[in-house]
Amino acid sequence: MSEITQEQVAHLANLARIALTPQEIESLTSELGSIVDNVAKVSEVATDDVPATSHPIPLVNVYRDDVPGATLTTEQALAGAPDHDGSRFRVTAILGEEQ
Amino acid sequence: MSHHEHELIRLSAAALAEKLGSGEVSAVEATRAHLDRIEAVDADVHAFLHTAPELSLAAAAAIDERRANGESLHPLAGVPIAIKDVIVTNDMPTTSGSKILEGWVPPYDATVMTKLRAAGLVPIGKTNMDEFAMGSSTEHSAYGPTHNPWDLERIPGGSGGGSAAAVASFEAPLALGSDTGGSIRQPAHVTGTVGVKPTYGGVSRYGAIALASSFDQIGPVSRTVLDSALLHDIIGGHDPRDSTSLTDEWPSMAEAVRRADVKGLRIGVISQLTGDGFQPGVLERFREALDLLAAAGAEIVDVSLPSLEYAIAAYYLIMPAEASSNLAKFDSVRFGLRVNPPGGGTVEDVMSATREQGFGAEAKRRIILGTYALSAGYYDAYYGSAQKVRTLVQRDFAAAFGQADVLVSPTAPTTAWKLGANLDDPMAMYLNDIATIPANLAGIPGISLPVGLAAEDGLPVGIQFLAPAREDARLYTVGGALERMLEDGWGHPLISRAPDLAPSEMTAAQEGAV
Repeated sequence: MSEITQEQVAHLANLARIALTPQEIESLTSELGSIVDNVAKVSEVATDDVPATSHPIPLVNVYRDDVPGATLTTEQALAGAPDHDGSRFRVTAILGEEQ
Repeated sequence: MSHHEHELIRLSAAALAEKLGSGEVSAVEATRAHLDRIEAVDADVHAFLHTAPELSLAAAAAIDERRANGESLHPLAGVPIAIKDVIVTNDMPTTSGSKILEGWVPPYDATVMTKLRAAGLVPIGKTNMDEFAMGSSTEHSAYGPTHNPWDLERIPGGSGGGSAAAVASFEAPLALGSDTGGSIRQPAHVTGTVGVKPTYGGVSRYGAIALASSFDQIGPVSRTVLDSALLHDIIGGHDPRDSTSLTDEWPSMAEAVRRADVKGLRIGVISQLTGDGFQPGVLERFREALDLLAAAGAEIVDVSLPSLEYAIAAYYLIMPAEASSNLAKFDSVRFGLRVNPPGGGTVEDVMSATREQGFGAEAKRRIILGTYALSAGYYDAYYGSAQKVRTLVQRDFAAAFGQADVLVSPTAPTTAWKLGANLDDPMAMYLNDIATIPANLAGIPGISLPVGLAAEDGLPVGIQFLAPAREDARLYTVGGALERMLEDGWGHPLISRAPDLAPSEMTAAQEGAV
């Protein structure tokens, strides 16, 4: 069995910015344990002499010409935002009081 | 629905296109017939998340006008098409099956949409899917599951169950799907339809909401092999807006279907995917299809993919890792949902509350798993090792394609299961993807087409062919040939044996009233 703990899942949820409930943390801990037990076997065959593959068909240095292209207007870019002031996205405080 | 409409919706896209071209049918008539069908059956099937009849009819009317003015149009101009909700559309909401994007209307079109509109196809609505394409059953859609038109109590496959069910229930002749681990092919298998995952980079992903960027591929969904080929020819090709898009010149897939012939073709049967864990009725139909191919002059050989047992494990590490990164963009700032926690808070508190409320259980599960696989101390053991397995799977395919021109297996181990049957066991759900995932790991193309109904449950069975990267045309050659032989034997297309949903809906309503 894997060693995944509730504290670990709570930490991962914090890293992933998801405010999981205690019940979710509990159920995810056991589900993740079972999944990780099943997927951990990748290390059995991943020996040092095997190179890693990140993309199935590797392309390198895909650049476009450095000229202005078609972009969204400010209005379009803001159209789906939960809150904005007409020219910028508006959010709540970036820093908490303790910071 | 009139008799005329009843006939129109059963035409293939190719046959409908002929009637449109000759002027026998107008694009408005064709579009209205499909909208009426959606109206009649979609309360039961739930293939669509959104339709916009006025928009679709206006697009159809514009095609009719251009045709009346003598303009030379694409052969498929005026044919309706359903769009998986993972693909952004500038005139219809796009949610990717998630509450976090409920009601979002993107400010731009995906490249595939631009191409479809340029060819004159008529977008008829957005189809249901597992949230962010995470699933094999559409049960992870935030908007409720889609039902399999062959048996409404069963899953339509996933993640693209909506697109497959839409074509299987004659709500559209064509649809777009996306395939990250089988999300086009497995729904085709369980709904008796056709689905193609093109070579990685063969179709632009610009405007496809990313799940796992090194796997995702948009592709065609239809009821016939030729229809998928015709759609593939429209959506394929290089797109400078997608840095993974291949610059290859592609042959016509439709031509590959029309000259389909398997004489001398070496077909490699994947030994790991034809035994234990596969339903007897699935294997029976599969073996019969191989016999037909052999009788037509194909050479059937056995091939082995020894690393296959590690493929699912590698996939379920890499996919969540990439998903956890891709889904970071849902931050409550630029688009989608924002939830303010009680008492307010910093932007990070708002983000965490938004993602808690906006993501469903499977999305959270995969984000947490992916975050784990990428975290310090585990990266090498999990993500790093999974990438090495990916190399091994590619080597297996390279060796197998040395012995065979195409590879073949059943598309999935079983026919459609009952809604709810696997919902509490994520790992059991994941194992169903064993036959489809390897193609995504290697970036190679695959097709699923129907080969009959399983004896034990009367449900559709699909066969999957795989070809080397960039050899998508081979799939259409072998798929087109097999489809022709099967339909010659049956005397009709398989889909004509699907239940007629409109009368059964009336019966069900009467029963419900008693």
